[in-house]
Amino acid sequence: MTVWFEKQRHLIDFTLASLIRRKGRNLGLLFVYTLLVFVLASVMLYTHALRHEAAVILEGSPEVLLQRLVAGRHDLIPPGYIERIGTVRGVQQIRGRLWGYYYDSVVKANYTFMVPEDGSVAKGTLVVGPALERERGLARDNGISFRAYSGQLFSFTVAAVLPQASELASADLILMNEGDFRAFFAYPAGHYTDVALSVANPKEVRNVANKLANLLPDSRPILREEVQRTYASVFDWREGIMLALLSAAILAFSILAWEKASGLSADEKREIGILKAIGWETGDVIRMKLWEGGLISLTAFLVGFVAAYLHVFRAGSPLFEPVLKGWAVLYPRFDLVPVIDGLQVATLFFFTVFPYMAAVLVPIWRAAVTDPDAVMRA
Amino acid sequence: MIELRDVKKAFNQGQHNEYWALSGISLTIEARRVTALRGPSGSGKTTLLTLIGCLARPTSGRVSLHGRDISGLPERFLTEIRRKTFGFVFQQFNLIKGLSAMENVMLPAYPTGRPHRELKQRAEALLDRLRLAHRRDARVEWLSGGEQQRVAIARALINDPEVLIADEPTANLDTALAKEFMAILESFGEEGRTVILTSHDPLVVESAAVNRVVDMRDGLIVEP
Amino acid sequence: MSARPSTLAFLLLGSLLAAFAACFTDAVWLRAERGPELVSMRLLAAQLGLSDLALFTEARYTRHPAQADLHSGFQDHPLALEHFPSGSLMVPRYDGLVREATTPD
Repeated sequence: MTVWFEKQRHLIDFTLASLIRRKGRNLGLLFVYTLLVFVLASVMLYTHALRHEAAVILEGSPEVLLQRLVAGRHDLIPPGYIERIGTVRGVQQIRGRLWGYYYDSVVKANYTFMVPEDGSVAKGTLVVGPALERERGLARDNGISFRAYSGQLFSFTVAAVLPQASELASADLILMNEGDFRAFFAYPAGHYTDVALSVANPKEVRNVANKLANLLPDSRPILREEVQRTYASVFDWREGIMLALLSAAILAFSILAWEKASGLSADEKREIGILKAIGWETGDVIRMKLWEGGLISLTAFLVGFVAAYLHVFRAGSPLFEPVLKGWAVLYPRFDLVPVIDGLQVATLFFFTVFPYMAAVLVPIWRAAVTDPDAVMRA
Repeated sequence: MIELRDVKKAFNQGQHNEYWALSGISLTIEARRVTALRGPSGSGKTTLLTLIGCLARPTSGRVSLHGRDISGLPERFLTEIRRKTFGFVFQQFNLIKGLSAMENVMLPAYPTGRPHRELKQRAEALLDRLRLAHRRDARVEWLSGGEQQRVAIARALINDPEVLIADEPTANLDTALAKEFMAILESFGEEGRTVILTSHDPLVVESAAVNRVVDMRDGLIVEP
Repeated sequence: MSARPSTLAFLLLGSLLAAFAACFTDAVWLRAERGPELVSMRLLAAQLGLSDLALFTEARYTRHPAQADLHSGFQDHPLALEHFPSGSLMVPRYDGLVREATTPD
């Protein structure tokens, strides 16, 4: 055991001494390799955490949303619909939601105006999202006016600002009183934007949605799981775009690494011949080269991954946040909850470490099985 | 100690450029003696040296070491025998560039897994004996020809082999350095090491350090 | 001669492995620290009936990508999950078009 260990240490000594001889080239390769792992790992960690974030937040969202459609477009829910929905078996809780968009040409951003069902916002006041606090410089008890689509000017006071920790879900929100909402948007009385409902038995969600679609043919039920799926797809799609852009870089690196690792120079061939002549076995030469490949790829993987972790979860992934999140005027600022998928890390490990080791090994095998007397004949 | 019986060696056998380097050699090499193989270039002496040193296998015939037939052994065992029994000094020295003298000397012992400390002490002692202690951390390509050869000799001795094999050891040395090499050779003879070398340098083959000279020509031994 | 190269390599690999492991420990720690934020967001979502994240606010139809229109996620082509890829790559050019006669305030 100690002999084995000592032998491996000798082989590592030798392979490191050989690597140091071509310091510039090898460090350059290591740097590019590390950078590649870093970028790949960052994309993976970021999208996975964001997907998880979306999944958790949306668990709180309504199980079924019902929209009324006119000519294939979203329309208001007229009076009487909510009562009719109440007759469907399995529906537990029904509430008409009131929400709408407002474009603020001052900051050139869209706000989402919304009425909380519990009536917690008093008349004439607003509860605003953290992005608004930041973009418009709003604080508690400040006054703010919006010109409604009708042209009329409305003034409000800010009653509260939503907590910064909820920014991912609430950045652009403006919560207001129902009366204010209807007046501001000239919303017809008794009408709602859409209907949110919960279902008693989670297994019945699909059935209830089907019954609703039959009962109200002009409406469309949207299931929570569909929304969650759409979000997962959106992030997959963004991750895909990022990886597609990266694939060129991956390819370029593969060529570089293959060329470096598999192209055995005449010098290296001669060295292997010498080693064999002075008593190294073919296996020793291969083990030595395996250590070389292993040390380089393991170092690149570990440094790249740790850097990616710090980049994504400690530094807020400044490098490609816009690509993965999308740009927006009211950019939510949030810290991701680090959820790491072990399988993903293992995949990354496998696809970065093993190909390199294989690339190192292939030509060595060919060179190492040559006759040791070649050095004498030369 | 080493016995060769009707040993033949062909290169590129079965091809149009087939070439017989050795065409039937029978020879016994005694232990603890310095044996020189003498002959013009192309006489097959280097090829014979590779067969004796287990670097290659004969096409036909038998090579035995201490009475054990080694000509048919698989490469793994040959390598082990080579490492334990033989130390090589090549004509071109064949040192590994970019590594220090010290590292080069230790190289053949790496696969044995001997403790680093022990190995370093032995390498230091060898370099010291060959008056190279002050150059031990120098890269080998910065050393002079004579120094490089002494590093090669130290490397050949690191595993403490029974037999030292030297191929044209003085071919790249001037007279003064060649004499120095012969002095080292003499000390090996005195300490009872078996040395087998090839040379056509009169300085070597006519030296008192050499106990026996075997003449070769066209792949055969020529009786004097 | 100073330390053996293999010693340095083991030290380097050892500390890198420790850093790698530390990432996962740190993740546990951060999860504990930031987890409550996530829970509070879920509560907010439940309380307000929020059905989307505030991630894509560049246009009004993107705030609720799941609901803007029938099949909005797949609006123009069954495979076009998000049909405004500009969101990933570039900001649209702003050519100074004013959509409202007067600015509020």
